[in-house]
Amino acid sequence: MATGQSVTSFDPRLVRADTPALARIINGRPITYLDSAASSLPPRPVIDAMSRHYERQHANVHRGVYQTANESTQSYEGAREAIARFIHAPDGAEEIVFTKNATESFNLLAKSWGAKNLGVGDVVLLSVMEHHANIVPWFQLRDAVGIEVRFIPVGDDYRLDLSNIEELMKGVRLVSVTAMSNVLGTVTPLQELARIAHEHGALIAVDAAQLVGHAPSNVVDLDVDFFMFSAHKMLGPTGLGVLWTRRDILAEMPPFLGGGGMIADVSTSGYVPAKGPTRFEAGTPPIAEAAGLSAAVTFLEGLGMQNIAQHDRDLTRDALARIDDEFGGRVRIIGPRDTEQRGGVISMDVEGVHAHDVAQVLDQFGVCVRPGHHCAKPLMKRFNLTATARASFGPYSLVSDTDVLIEALNDAVKLFG
Amino acid sequence: MSNLEDLYREVILDHYRSPRNRGELETPPAHRVEGFNPLCGDEVTAYLLVDDGVLTDIKMTGHGCSISQSSSSLMSAAVKGKPIEQVRALITTFKKLMTVHESSIESTDSAPLQDVRSLGELAALQGVVKFPVRIKCATLAWNTLNQGLDELDATP
Ligand SMILES: Cc1ncc(COP(=O)(O)O)c(C=O)c1O
Repeated sequence: MATGQSVTSFDPRLVRADTPALARIINGRPITYLDSAASSLPPRPVIDAMSRHYERQHANVHRGVYQTANESTQSYEGAREAIARFIHAPDGAEEIVFTKNATESFNLLAKSWGAKNLGVGDVVLLSVMEHHANIVPWFQLRDAVGIEVRFIPVGDDYRLDLSNIEELMKGVRLVSVTAMSNVLGTVTPLQELARIAHEHGALIAVDAAQLVGHAPSNVVDLDVDFFMFSAHKMLGPTGLGVLWTRRDILAEMPPFLGGGGMIADVSTSGYVPAKGPTRFEAGTPPIAEAAGLSAAVTFLEGLGMQNIAQHDRDLTRDALARIDDEFGGRVRIIGPRDTEQRGGVISMDVEGVHAHDVAQVLDQFGVCVRPGHHCAKPLMKRFNLTATARASFGPYSLVSDTDVLIEALNDAVKLFG
Repeated sequence: MSNLEDLYREVILDHYRSPRNRGELETPPAHRVEGFNPLCGDEVTAYLLVDDGVLTDIKMTGHGCSISQSSSSLMSAAVKGKPIEQVRALITTFKKLMTVHESSIESTDSAPLQDVRSLGELAALQGVVKFPVRIKCATLAWNTLNQGLDELDATP
């Protein structure tokens, strides 16, 4: 059954059969992987693509003349094209910069575009539900050049509170917000935010880390200016991230890291940076990982991003209702209750049981959930929490995963009385 | 499930549900010291009252997982009223307990067990070593206490 290339339409059981890591037995039980928001599990074709690369054609990219070096380069550049297609980059592969992860993409944005274009008095507007990856680089820029960092508040409904947005927009040059909260599951109104940003002469950057693997991504429809994500949250490998921006913006961005691969010329008196995305890709890039990412894109396209989004919604609706039924108020959901504009991330606060203890008990059932602040401390503080236990779905998740989750949660609640 | 029972012994759950010596002491005369576990957000604050080389009173506040908070409670009960020297010795013993290798816990007559017996109720925490990521939860209060004693030593 699990032949790798066989998935042409969406059936989560087939995806599951194609995901080797889901064959693990943990503490005597089949693994119940509910941590896809932290990192998704790669399907067989992604793993095979990376193995094939190492087994058949591994060589460094660019400037190679021999056959496998050419193949390696083509495979690497092919990943750029696959990503351009996947997010509908209007000018194609020329707009795709590969980084180490979404975090590095934000650092690139702040340290290259930000440092060049922003200064004292300029405001970068974030939201309280951002991941630290979209907060810390801006504080670093504030400390370096004196920008102001401001935050869109989050309402009691766990959604962005835009009631005061006109006031907040004063002096803003860049709005940088998440497409979907990795803690709450909240999907943000990107089109509306893009319109507001552009009306005020600002640009808009999007943390798409939680979006790309779960719903269609179209940077033209969204009308955004920067789009950042990691391969490992979209069934791809670790060690590879993406920054997309429009070609005209990219052309004006100064280099970030220096070294080989990012230059047009070097002499004893200085250097000239390369044009295009390679200007930001100093050193040997993650070549095998790019091959894996191409395979992940093909795999996701085969499933259909709309289908995946619907699957997330179905699982989330079912899980929210059953957690309520089973535990009443004892397990509080930290996130929106309706499943529109909401992804498959369920943060739980279990009364009387700390998130780490919840996760520890769940581990005995082979259930993988993540406890902690999820790199979103301002958001945790907003809701007076120090930690939640977070369950999150992937395209291989089934209702039976929720069954085990609830069984294990019952045990945790019982143990702590 | 035997593993989990090793971790969440009844004594631990009891101290988690009804922590001993919970509260604050007036500063001064008491000394206040805070400890954080930045990874998981656990927090412990100790109030230490030392008189003539004896830890005459101790109160603890904080929040976090059952292991960090029960360890804090168990510790306060074990050190209250003890001479500082003994408190320091207990800290050393406890931290040793938290580093012994799993195999030496399972064999019944190895050297560290001598120490374990002297720990009384605290020995309930020895199951934690089988869960390496939780060790820092168990040692948080102890490191905080140690730091507080160091600070008291440093002030004339
Ligand atoms: C919303 C969001 N942004 C950014 C990141 C950072 O991703 P990475 O750790 O791959 O750089 C994550 C993942 O942890 C995330 O969930």
